[in-house]
Amino acid sequence: MRESTGERWARRVVLGLLTLFVLAPLYVMVSSGLKPLRDVQGAFTWLPSRVTFEPFVEMWQTVPLGRYLVNSLLVASSAALVSVAIAIFAAFAISRYRFRGRQLFSVTVLSTQMFPGILFLLPLFLIYVNLGNATGIELYASRLGLTITYLTFSLPFSIWMLVGYFDSIPRGLDEAAQVDGAGPLRTLFQVILPTAVPGIVAVTVYAFMTAWGEVLFASVMTDEHSRTLAVGLQGYATQYNVYWNQAMAASVVVSVPVVVGFLALQRYFVAGLTAGAVK
Amino acid sequence: MATTTAPGPVRPAGRPAEDGPPSRRRRRGVRRSYLPYLLLVPAALLELGIHVVPMLVGVWMSLLELTQFHIRDWSTAPFAGLDNYRVTFDLDSATGRDLLHSFWVTTAYTTLSVGLSWMLGLAAAVFLQRPFKGRALLRTLFLTPYALPVYTAVITWTFMFQRDTGLVNHALDQLGLVDGANPPFWLIGENSFVALLVVSVWRSWPFAFLCLMAGLQNVPAELYEASAIDGANFWRRLRDVTLPMLRPVNQVLLLVLFLWTFNDFNTPYVLFGGSAPRQADLISIHIYQSSFVTWNFGLGSAMSVALLLFLLVVTAGYLLVTNRRREHA
Amino acid sequence: MAVAALLTTASLAACGDSGSSSEGAAKTLSYWASNQGASIEFDKQTLQPELDKFEQQTGIKVNLEVVPWSDLLNRLLAAATSGKGPDVVNIGNTWSASLQATNALIPFDDATLARIGGKDRFVPAALAAAGAPGKPPAAVPLYSLAYALYYNKKMFADAGIAAPPATWEELVETGRKLTRAGQWGLAVEGANPAENSHHAFTFGQQWGGEWFDSAGKPTFDTPQNVAAVKRYIDLMAVDKIVNPSNAEYAQNQSVADFANRKAAMLLWQAAGSNFKAQGMSPEEWGVAPVPFPATPPPGGKKVNSMVAGINIAIFAHTENRDGALQFVKFMTSDAEQVILNKTYGSLPSVKTVSADPAFQAPEQKVLGEVLAATAAPLPQVPEESQFETLVGTAMKELFADAASGKVVTEALVKEKLGVAQQKMGS
Repeated sequence: MRESTGERWARRVVLGLLTLFVLAPLYVMVSSGLKPLRDVQGAFTWLPSRVTFEPFVEMWQTVPLGRYLVNSLLVASSAALVSVAIAIFAAFAISRYRFRGRQLFSVTVLSTQMFPGILFLLPLFLIYVNLGNATGIELYASRLGLTITYLTFSLPFSIWMLVGYFDSIPRGLDEAAQVDGAGPLRTLFQVILPTAVPGIVAVTVYAFMTAWGEVLFASVMTDEHSRTLAVGLQGYATQYNVYWNQAMAASVVVSVPVVVGFLALQRYFVAGLTAGAVK
Repeated sequence: MATTTAPGPVRPAGRPAEDGPPSRRRRRGVRRSYLPYLLLVPAALLELGIHVVPMLVGVWMSLLELTQFHIRDWSTAPFAGLDNYRVTFDLDSATGRDLLHSFWVTTAYTTLSVGLSWMLGLAAAVFLQRPFKGRALLRTLFLTPYALPVYTAVITWTFMFQRDTGLVNHALDQLGLVDGANPPFWLIGENSFVALLVVSVWRSWPFAFLCLMAGLQNVPAELYEASAIDGANFWRRLRDVTLPMLRPVNQVLLLVLFLWTFNDFNTPYVLFGGSAPRQADLISIHIYQSSFVTWNFGLGSAMSVALLLFLLVVTAGYLLVTNRRREHA
Repeated sequence: MAVAALLTTASLAACGDSGSSSEGAAKTLSYWASNQGASIEFDKQTLQPELDKFEQQTGIKVNLEVVPWSDLLNRLLAAATSGKGPDVVNIGNTWSASLQATNALIPFDDATLARIGGKDRFVPAALAAAGAPGKPPAAVPLYSLAYALYYNKKMFADAGIAAPPATWEELVETGRKLTRAGQWGLAVEGANPAENSHHAFTFGQQWGGEWFDSAGKPTFDTPQNVAAVKRYIDLMAVDKIVNPSNAEYAQNQSVADFANRKAAMLLWQAAGSNFKAQGMSPEEWGVAPVPFPATPPPGGKKVNSMVAGINIAIFAHTENRDGALQFVKFMTSDAEQVILNKTYGSLPSVKTVSADPAFQAPEQKVLGEVLAATAAPLPQVPEESQFETLVGTAMKELFADAASGKVVTEALVKEKLGVAQQKMGS
């Protein structure tokens, strides 16, 4: 099947424009991070008047970026791991069993994704505070509370994607394992999970990114010690000045790990999505 | 993708046959019957505790006159019945009119953002189907906005949209598209809607691209070959082969994007710093202002409940229509 | 059912004051400070040595968190709602009555005031901005501030202007002379609702308007208030002495513009230390009181600033009220008042040290005179924070209109203020 000349040009133009659109903010982020403060306060320039790494140094002082980074890493990775573990069990149940309430569970869990965050933000906050007072477990303004909150944000989509993925794994494999005397959990761990690695990776990446990027709950449910990057990065607009160059430098630093991680695992993500969500 | 979405019970058809369970299962049925429930317990507890119960509390709040005089001790808050809802829907009051305005802004924003994201995603997916040099690089590049944390992306756009110091006006001026002495504003006034839309599309089209690309991988090459032999041109192939094959993907994708965009809080909150201009007053930020900034949590909750009901109705309607169409198809 | 049970526990816990904050130990306090200096880090470095002194004196350790202004009100609200938060907090003094209405702060009645040195220590105007009239204050003043007119001496000299303007008419005339390529007469913070509402108050007073009547009902769209707001917006819309770009300023870019010689005048509170931080030396700028109209409109008051400042308050949920009071006493003591206000360029809130040499610089003298004679507190009503948000946002929209070349008519101003007022009612 040959590509006509018209098609080729259309392809070049469309892909070229999309490339520019995608690149523009990435370019601004990187180039402004290399500019002195004066450059970002005056009219925009494509190139720095002089290339400086000062913003990358100063950004750690203007706001406690290091602590925010550690908080975000801890919260996002624990939320991702726990969310995926829970999703695996739930997806296994839904994919491999027919039971009363199965449909109800699926519908309820998925519809929670429709709830406007603002509706349950304040109630959740109060529940955390009161649970904390009753049990002594700090949920409010702690990384633990934030982790629990975030893992529920990614849970429904994770379950749903994994159910799709598990469904695509031939049931014959289960049967064979059962003939060999494996119980349900052994079947899950020894047969299904190894086959479902792409799906699990995809879901983990998704859960991590969900937690890494959340703003609304982070702004109310954290204090200085548990603050994450999502809120902390706003600190570059101080009482005196907006340090755009440092904000851009910090954006580069906090984006690189997720972007690299995601892009390195994108193959799995596409595979997981193909088998799961969009079959 | 916080508080994002995933659609309701739309898992595509084609589940493995299990309606006639194997006899083995029936034999062990008694012992197994509790196992699925046990496996679901953690997920169910978490969703119940973090979403459902707080949501019900939110519904309760919407029935109270919960202002600054009562937030510290809810037992003193007078029961307001449906008063908050009355204010919410009262189009003679400034509050009701503004909410309706915000609803229309959000509807226009969602429609345009989802439509454009889908079109860009489809264009990129289709044009990247054929192997060429640099294809893998472009695919990676196109996925980057999706991987970027929301706030870094939006903070960068905020900087780009600054009137005097931003890239957007500078580039438009160099292209001769705006008057350099009197450049337009992007973060206040009429253009703020456009700015918000651009940021939203920039963030969501890669997701459409990802899903459509995954969907296209399932289209057998023979279908294209056959249609090429029939002499079908690009548009015919798109219409007769690609789009029909993508229908299941689209059903899910459009719904996900719709819910995600309609509820989007992060983008306007970071872009406009807490309070959006009237022209870009999305409903999520409007409700945030109505509850947190003016300390009227009863009213804010009533608005949220109304929003939730609207989304439920739209989603249910959408699923009914698309599923029926699929059955007829 | 579960909801009802949860709610009951929520309310019980909330009214029972059982919310613990400082983990039981009577020897610690937690304190949220507002961001007064160049950065959060700067404030920490400023305050920590003082907190160490306090620990030496009393054995009470104070855990400090400096909260950015963008978060402070939300965090206070969350603390008030849940009974979970710090023992001692800084609040913007304009929020005093709003927070007072939540009953989350301890009232400073005469007996309580006596324990921190007595009511008479405090500057009366500052103490008047710490809660609704007729009620015990919900806080005590910590740092006092006022608005003043800052001007660039060199630009004035270059344009042959001898003295800073004393009336708005003169300010406009001066501003026109100073507006030329790359330079503007005046800088304003047009997209910042709080700043806008402060000016709405001052202009309103000068034009004979009130934002709330004696019963506490909002009166936003009276002809006086409309004229006052229009006068302020017209500095950009009609007089064209303000860069239209200022309509999107919300992060103190107007201060940066003044410090970077892009604007010749600025209306601000204690901006001197800020200029210095941005590399503008004290000789370069002068300071004068905020102007008045040349002929006062009927009913106009001789007010050219709000009583601005920061108050310090104690949360009622504290388990260490004695320690908290000791800490407030320490922060309002003569020695600390001098050290802290000197660092921040603000004025002491106690009368005893106002004569200290630290506050005799020209800037502090002007601010002190304004505070003593021509400053008035913002309306001390529970809905004050809503007033700031709604009126300030309406003015932000008006600035946006003016900046994009739309004609800002009286009818438009009245309409926007009317909508803001309606929203107060709901």
